[in-house]
Amino acid sequence: MNFQPGKDTLKRNFKTVGTRTPRPDGLDKITGRAQFGADMTAPGMLWGLILRSPHAHARIRKIDTSKAEAVNGVHAVVTAADFGPCPDGVLDVRENIMAREKALYDGHAVAAVAATSRAAAKQALKLIKVDYEVLPHVTDVDEAMKPSAPVINNKLFTKGLDKTPRKPSNVAERFEFGHGDVEAGLKQADLVIERTFKTEATHQGYIEPHACLASMGSDGKGDIWCCTQGHFMVRQVCSALLGMDASALRVTASEIGGGFGGKTTVFIEPVALALSLKSNRPVKVVMSRSEVLRASGPTSSTSIDIKIGMNKDGTITAGDATLRYQGGAFPGSAVPYGAMAAFACYDLKAVRAVGYDVIANRPKQAAYRAPGAPMAAYAVESVVDELCKELDLDPLDVRLKNASSDGSKASYGPNFDVIGLRATLEAARAHPHYKAKLGRNQGRGVACGFWFNFGGETSVSLNVSADGTIGLSVGTPDIGGSRASIGNMAAEELGVPHDKVRCIIADTASLGYNDVTDGSRVTFASGLAAINAARDAIGKMCERAAGIWGIPVEAVTWEDGAARPSSPNAGKHEPLTLADIAAQAGATGGPISGHCEINAEGAGVSFATHLVDTEVDPETGYVKVLRYTVFQDAGKAVHPSYVEGQFQGGAVQGIGWALNEEYIYGKDGTLQNAGFLDYRIPVASDLPMIDAVIVEVPNPGHPYGVRGVGETSIVPPLAAISNSVSDAAGVRMTQLPMSPPRVLKALGRI
Amino acid sequence: MFQIQVSTSINGDDTEFSCEADETLLDVLRDRLGMTGSKEGCGTGDCGACSVVVDGRLVCSCLMLGAEAQGREIETIEGMADGTELHPLQQKFLDHAALQCGVCTPGFLVAAKSLLERNDDPTEEEVRYWLAGNLCRCTGYDKIVRAVLDTAKDMRKPAKTKKPAAKKRVKA
Amino acid sequence: MQYHAPATVKDAVKLLAGSKGSTQILAGGTDLLVRMRSGFSEPDTIIDIKRISPMCKIARDGKGFAIGAAVSSAEMSENAALAKAWPGVVESAALIGSTQVQGRATIAGNLCNASPAADSVPAMVAAGAKAVIRGPKGKRKVAVEKICKGPGQTILKKGELIEAIVLPAKPARTGDAYLRFIPRTEMDIAVAGAGICVTLDAKGVCTAARVSLGAIAPTVLLVSRAAKALIGTRIDDEALDALAAACSAAARPIDDKRGTKEFRIHVAGVLARRAAIIARDRALGKS
Repeated sequence: MNFQPGKDTLKRNFKTVGTRTPRPDGLDKITGRAQFGADMTAPGMLWGLILRSPHAHARIRKIDTSKAEAVNGVHAVVTAADFGPCPDGVLDVRENIMAREKALYDGHAVAAVAATSRAAAKQALKLIKVDYEVLPHVTDVDEAMKPSAPVINNKLFTKGLDKTPRKPSNVAERFEFGHGDVEAGLKQADLVIERTFKTEATHQGYIEPHACLASMGSDGKGDIWCCTQGHFMVRQVCSALLGMDASALRVTASEIGGGFGGKTTVFIEPVALALSLKSNRPVKVVMSRSEVLRASGPTSSTSIDIKIGMNKDGTITAGDATLRYQGGAFPGSAVPYGAMAAFACYDLKAVRAVGYDVIANRPKQAAYRAPGAPMAAYAVESVVDELCKELDLDPLDVRLKNASSDGSKASYGPNFDVIGLRATLEAARAHPHYKAKLGRNQGRGVACGFWFNFGGETSVSLNVSADGTIGLSVGTPDIGGSRASIGNMAAEELGVPHDKVRCIIADTASLGYNDVTDGSRVTFASGLAAINAARDAIGKMCERAAGIWGIPVEAVTWEDGAARPSSPNAGKHEPLTLADIAAQAGATGGPISGHCEINAEGAGVSFATHLVDTEVDPETGYVKVLRYTVFQDAGKAVHPSYVEGQFQGGAVQGIGWALNEEYIYGKDGTLQNAGFLDYRIPVASDLPMIDAVIVEVPNPGHPYGVRGVGETSIVPPLAAISNSVSDAAGVRMTQLPMSPPRVLKALGRI
Repeated sequence: MFQIQVSTSINGDDTEFSCEADETLLDVLRDRLGMTGSKEGCGTGDCGACSVVVDGRLVCSCLMLGAEAQGREIETIEGMADGTELHPLQQKFLDHAALQCGVCTPGFLVAAKSLLERNDDPTEEEVRYWLAGNLCRCTGYDKIVRAVLDTAKDMRKPAKTKKPAAKKRVKA
Repeated sequence: MQYHAPATVKDAVKLLAGSKGSTQILAGGTDLLVRMRSGFSEPDTIIDIKRISPMCKIARDGKGFAIGAAVSSAEMSENAALAKAWPGVVESAALIGSTQVQGRATIAGNLCNASPAADSVPAMVAAGAKAVIRGPKGKRKVAVEKICKGPGQTILKKGELIEAIVLPAKPARTGDAYLRFIPRTEMDIAVAGAGICVTLDAKGVCTAARVSLGAIAPTVLLVSRAAKALIGTRIDDEALDALAAACSAAARPIDDKRGTKEFRIHVAGVLARRAAIIARDRALGKS
C-alpha cells in the first residue's frame, strides 16, 4: 500500500492540504497551558545544577565534591567518574556532557548536583573544588590550523589526506567534492575573482532553554521528559551512556520552544538521569540562558576561499572553494554539508570544494538550520555577485543562465531530479520588488540557496476510533506546526475533515523508532508515513466493507471518506463512510488501525532565491533592512501559513547572522556575550514585513509532491544581505556579521 | 530560611504564598503556584517571555521579586481568556498562524494586550517598538505584527479617532 | 537575604545606615535583579523604595521638576508637562531596555548603577540635573555628573540614598536632546551616547550649552570644550563640525564586545552633531 515513487501518480487536487486550518496545539499555546521542557514537575523532585569550567582549556587535576555533598538538602553529586564505559559511538557525547581529563571550552560541564531546592544546589556548586591546570587555548579557525597552535586532542590525526600525518593536529578531516577540470575552466574565463571570507559562530537562539526531568527507579527503569527534536535519540544516547537497556528508558518529548537543529543532541539529559540514579529521586535540570550560549551547540565559525571564473556572457566556467570550519572541541563540524552545498545552485562543468573539519576550544557545534550551508552560500554568492557587477550583468539573468535544473549533475555528485531553482529565479525576476526604485545609500542584493532535505527512519500509527475519528501518533517532535500538516495529510487521504484527526507526538515506548526532527524531514517523511498509514487503514476498511457487502475486496474502492463499490458490477450498495465502518469495527473483526514503518527516501531537494534592500548609514555603519522577499520551492505547501512562517523565520535568522549575531571570545578564551543582551538576535523593530512567495514544483518522491521547507530559507540571506550592503556601500563586504564598526571600517570612515 | 508571606491578587483571585527574599515573581508563579504559562527564556529581562501586568503596568516577572507582589494586582497569560472565550488577540494569533513553537507566545499576548489597552490604533512601527522586548526566533515577527494590527482594527469602534502616537523612535 | 519595604525615606535611611553586610536599594530592579541572577551581586539586605509614596511621584519643584527615585521611565513619558519641558531627558529614559523594563526602570537607579553607558545620565547631565541625596546626616544636592566615580562606583556614603532627581526650570529658548548608538533598534546598551542642552537668544545665537557623552569613558563626561564650540554660534554646520571634533577628541573609550575604540570615538561626534540639531530646533520651537 505504500506510495511507490516513480510508479504512483501524484495527487494534485486537494480538499484539506493547501488550506490554512487551525493548529491542533494552538489553544494550549495561546492560553499558557502547553507544557514545555521546564514546565513538568514530579513528586519528590530535586533541582539539578551543573558546574562549568571557567577556562577555555584546562587539565582537571582533581575534583573535590565532599563539601558540596555535605550541604543540607543535597542528595547527589556527579562527575565524569559517574559515567562508565560506553559504546564508541557516544564517546564524544560522554566527554561533552561531562569533562573528563580536560575541560575543553569555557562552559564545559565538570560536575553536577541535585538538591531539594535551587538555593541548596547553588550553594553546593560553589563548594565543589576543581583543581585546574590552565592550558594554552585556541578559538579561531585559522589559528587552530597553524602548526604552532595548541593541540587540543593529541589523539587526533587528520583523516582524508593521502597519507595520515604522524603528528596530531586540530584538523580532524579533509573532504573533497566536485568534478571536471577546475584549473582549465578557470583559465578559459574572461574574469576570475578570488576572495576570502570569514563568518563568526552563531547560535540557534531558541527562546526555550534546554530542560528535562529525569526519573530513574532502583529497578533500572527510567523516564525522561524533555524538550528535544528527537526523543528516540535521547533514549538511545542516554541508555548507552548509563548502560541501560534502551527499552528500559522511556522518553517523552514535551512541547519544544524552538530547536532549529540545536536540540538534535543531548547536553543535560544524561546528567539529570545520572543524578536521579544516584539520588533515587526525580531530578529536573534547566539551563540558564548563559549556559545555553556557553555550553550547547552553536554553529561553526568559518574561513572560506572562493575562486570563480566567468565569461562576459555570464557563463560560469569553473568554481573552486576551500572551506575551513571549526566545530568546537570535537570533530564533526558541518563542513561536508557546506562543501557539498556551496555550488549546488549551479550547473558547472568544473567544480571543486575542499572542506577542513577543525577543532578549537569552543562548545561542540550542533546543527543549525541547513547546517554548514549558509556560510558556503554566502561566500559563493558574494563572488558571483561581484562577477556580475564587474561584467555589468544582471544577477538574476546570470543565475538563470547557470542554474541547476532537472537532471543537472550536482556539484556534490548525484544528478538532480525535478527541481525548482529556475522557478524561484523566474518568480523573483517577475516580482515588483526587483524593479522597485532605490534611494540614496540604499542597495539591493540577490542570492540563491540550496538544501538537501532528509527522509530517514519514520514510524507512524493511525487509529480509527469507534466514532469515526482518528488518532494519529507520530514520533517526530513538532517544532513548527508539523502536527497540523501531518494531520491534514492523513485527513486528506482518508477523506475526513481535518478536525476529525488528532495528531500527537507519541513517546518512545508507544511507537517504533524515529530519527530526529532534522533535515526538513518531518512534513515530508512523517507526512509520507501518515499517508501510507492512512492507506493501510483504508485497505482494512475496504476489507470490512467488502465483508459487510459480501463482495470481494477488489470490488471496493475508497473515495471521499467512504468505501464504495468500484463499479456497477460489484452490486448496488450504499457507500459506507469511515464512521459507518468504524462503528461496526467490533463486529467485523476488531479495532482498525494503520501503520507505516519506513526509511523514507526521495525527500526532494529545495532551492530558494532571496531579494533584499538595505540602507547603510554612512556615518555610523548601521544597516537597516528595508524590504525582503523570499521565493522558495515548497513542492506542495501542505499548510501555507506554516510554510510562509518557515520562509520568514529562516530569513530573519539569516538577517541576524548577517548583521549582528556573533560569538565573541575574549583573549582568555571565555565567551564575552553569553546572554540575549549582547548576543543580538533581531527584535521586532529591526525588521520590515518579510514577503513570502511560495513556488510549487512537486517532488516526485512524495504522494502530494511535498518537499521539506524548513532549512533552505536560512541559506541565501547571509549572501543576499551582504550583496545588498555591498551595493549600498559601494564596497565589497567579506566578513560576517556586518556589525556597524565593520561596515564603518569598510567604508574607510574609521 | 526566613520566608516572606505575601498576599496578592492574580488574575482576580486572592492569592497567598510564601517565598524566599531573592525569589523572583516568575519563580513564584512557576514553581510555587504552578502557573507555568509565563516562561523563562533568559531570566535577565531581555526576552519578554515572562511578561505579566502588575497594577496595570507591563513588566518582566523575572525582574521583580515575589515579595514585591504584596498588595498588587497581577495579570498573567492564564487570565487572558474569559473562561472559554478567548481574548480577541488570542483568536487572531491562531487565525494568523502567529506562533510556531509557541514558547514566546504568552509573553507576546500579554504585551500586545497592554499595548492595545493604551493605543487602539497603533501603527506597524508602534507595534514593532512596543514588542521589541519580546523575542521570537521562529516567525520573524511578520505574522505576529499582522495579528496585533488586525486585532486592533477589529476591536476599534468605527467612530473612535486615533490617539496621539505613543512613542516613535528615530534611529540615531 | 532580607527584604525590607519601608514606608518613609527616614525609615529607609535608618535601615540602610543600620544594615550589616552588603545592602542594595531596590527601585526598578532592572539592573539589580540581573546582577543577582548572574551572581555578581549577592546582597544580604534589599531595601525596596517603591512603598515610599513621595519617591513614587513627579513633583513640580519651583519651576522645575523633582522626579522621585522610584518613578519609572514609563511614568516619566506619561507626564505631559515633564515631557514638554525636558524631552531629551524623557526620551533618554524611554530608551532604557524594553517596554517591560521601562515599566520598572528609574533614572535614579540608572544613575546609581554607575554604568558609563547609562542612557539617561548624559541627558540628565546636559539638562543640569541634580541628585537629592538623603542620609543619616540629612539632605544634600549634588550635580548628576559628580555622582559616579567609575564603573559601578558612586560617591554615595554608607546610609545614603538618592531620593529624587531634580531638573531645573527650563530657561526660555532652551532645548535638549539625547541620542545613542546601538547595533539594533532596541534592547542594546549604548555603544556611545550624546546628551545636549542649548539655550539660544532671540536671534538664535547659542548663549549656553551643555554637552555630555556616554559610553566613551569610565564615567559619563560633561565636555565643556564641546559646549564652547556651540556657544556664540547659530549652531550652523561649522559649529556642528567643531562640536563633533571636540566630542571625538574628548572620547577615551575602550574596545569591547559592544564596539571598538575607533568606532566609539567617531560615533560620539556623529551623535553629538545630530543631537545638537534636535536640541537647537527644540530651542527654536521647531519641534
